[in-house]
Amino acid sequence: MKTQNMSYMDGTHFWGRIWTWGMGVLLLAFPAAICLYYNAWPEATGFLKGLLAIAPMFWAVGTIEVITYVPMLGAGGSYLGFITGNLTNLKVPCTITALNKVGAKPGTPEGEVVGTIAVAVSSIVTTMIIFIGVLLIVPLTPILDSPALNPAFDQILPALFGGLGVALIGQNLKVAIAPILSMVVLFVCVPSLAESGAIFVPVAALIAIAAARLMYKKGWLK
Amino acid sequence: MNTLTQEFNVNSPFLFAAVAIVLAMVIAQSFFFLIRAWRQAKVLGIESSKLMSVVKSSAVFTIVPAISILIGVIALSKKLGLPLPWLRLSVIGALTYETAAAGAAANAVGTSIGDTATLLTASQFTTIAWIMTLGIMAGVVLTPILCRRILGGVDKLEKRDKRWGEILMSALFMGMISAFLGMIFGKVGNGLTGWIPVFVMLASMVIMLICAVLIKKFKIKWIEDYAMPVSMIGAMALAIPITNAVNSIVK
Repeated sequence: MKTQNMSYMDGTHFWGRIWTWGMGVLLLAFPAAICLYYNAWPEATGFLKGLLAIAPMFWAVGTIEVITYVPMLGAGGSYLGFITGNLTNLKVPCTITALNKVGAKPGTPEGEVVGTIAVAVSSIVTTMIIFIGVLLIVPLTPILDSPALNPAFDQILPALFGGLGVALIGQNLKVAIAPILSMVVLFVCVPSLAESGAIFVPVAALIAIAAARLMYKKGWLK
Repeated sequence: MNTLTQEFNVNSPFLFAAVAIVLAMVIAQSFFFLIRAWRQAKVLGIESSKLMSVVKSSAVFTIVPAISILIGVIALSKKLGLPLPWLRLSVIGALTYETAAAGAAANAVGTSIGDTATLLTASQFTTIAWIMTLGIMAGVVLTPILCRRILGGVDKLEKRDKRWGEILMSALFMGMISAFLGMIFGKVGNGLTGWIPVFVMLASMVIMLICAVLIKKFKIKWIEDYAMPVSMIGAMALAIPITNAVNSIVK
């Protein structure tokens, strides 16, 4: 199939698949290259034990992230965001802020390009900052590692979601009430669940959708 | 074939070179999608000023979270060296996963991230690198398979009932925000120290509201670009006196 004859969206899916799977192969090549270069191979029991400890949870969360974040990020933003990572703490809030700012809606042609531009810029800036940070690691470590600054970086998620919450809840107050109340009650009553993090995003989304559907049917959401 | 084993070091130039290749590809992919989207935006007739404001606000928004990722790289580098955490946190990885993955992987090979006194052997290192890489591949495998189907489903729904489609999207956003806002309350059972995240969240909300008032009532438009980063940095700065105050009361 000639790519120049494809629509923008078809092209995005075509190139997105090539880039994502290509990058996947490259990522697997990294540990493989280390094994070959140093002639050092993983310890079978340690490998299985470690993989079993993290893979089931991470793959469950990863699957949920794909289902939840793809509609928010759009096609281009998703193909890029799921490679560059840091979705919850960076790419998704960044995209929401960008869409809000220009008044674009996800799922529209405008939302698609704005989402892609936001994720791309965010990915480039993140890579540059970490690169500069690694170059300057010797002078930077005592500053970033200082106990005085610890409380600030410990609280990055509350600091991020507080502001983002105001920006979004203000526009959708009625839709926000049910999921927020149920999540606060859930985590206050069963604090251990808060550790599992992203697993509860779809639960909250289902509550929000069910409540919104009810209000929509009753004519409370115009 | 050279069967001599190279001397292993968690910070060897070979590892840095391998990371550089992957990061160059990530940057190339970002520019590839950026340029395509930019051209498409022009086709759609979106003004450059609007696009530049998206670029500016996304770049400014990214700075503080990126620094927190850098802190994660520094924390893990003490045991794993710089290249592996650098790669893992720049590509796919997220701070929360990689720290947990590195911890579990290190335990599985009989050491810990905190044990910086003993050096990793090459075999332990490759085990950790494989575990961290395979653990995080779900998005890479599933996005190309599911992306088109998910977006097609959303699209179909919006065609059937446009208003409900819009409400559904905001409900999805609200679900995400609610889960994370709820988690902030997860430690309130621990007494006053458990309330620190809640106080910081409230501080961030208040700063955001002040920005909104400045934008709407006083028509200070330029704040729009910086409202999110300002509320985030402001709340993080306030987290220091809040934490100190709470700790002094608890003591």
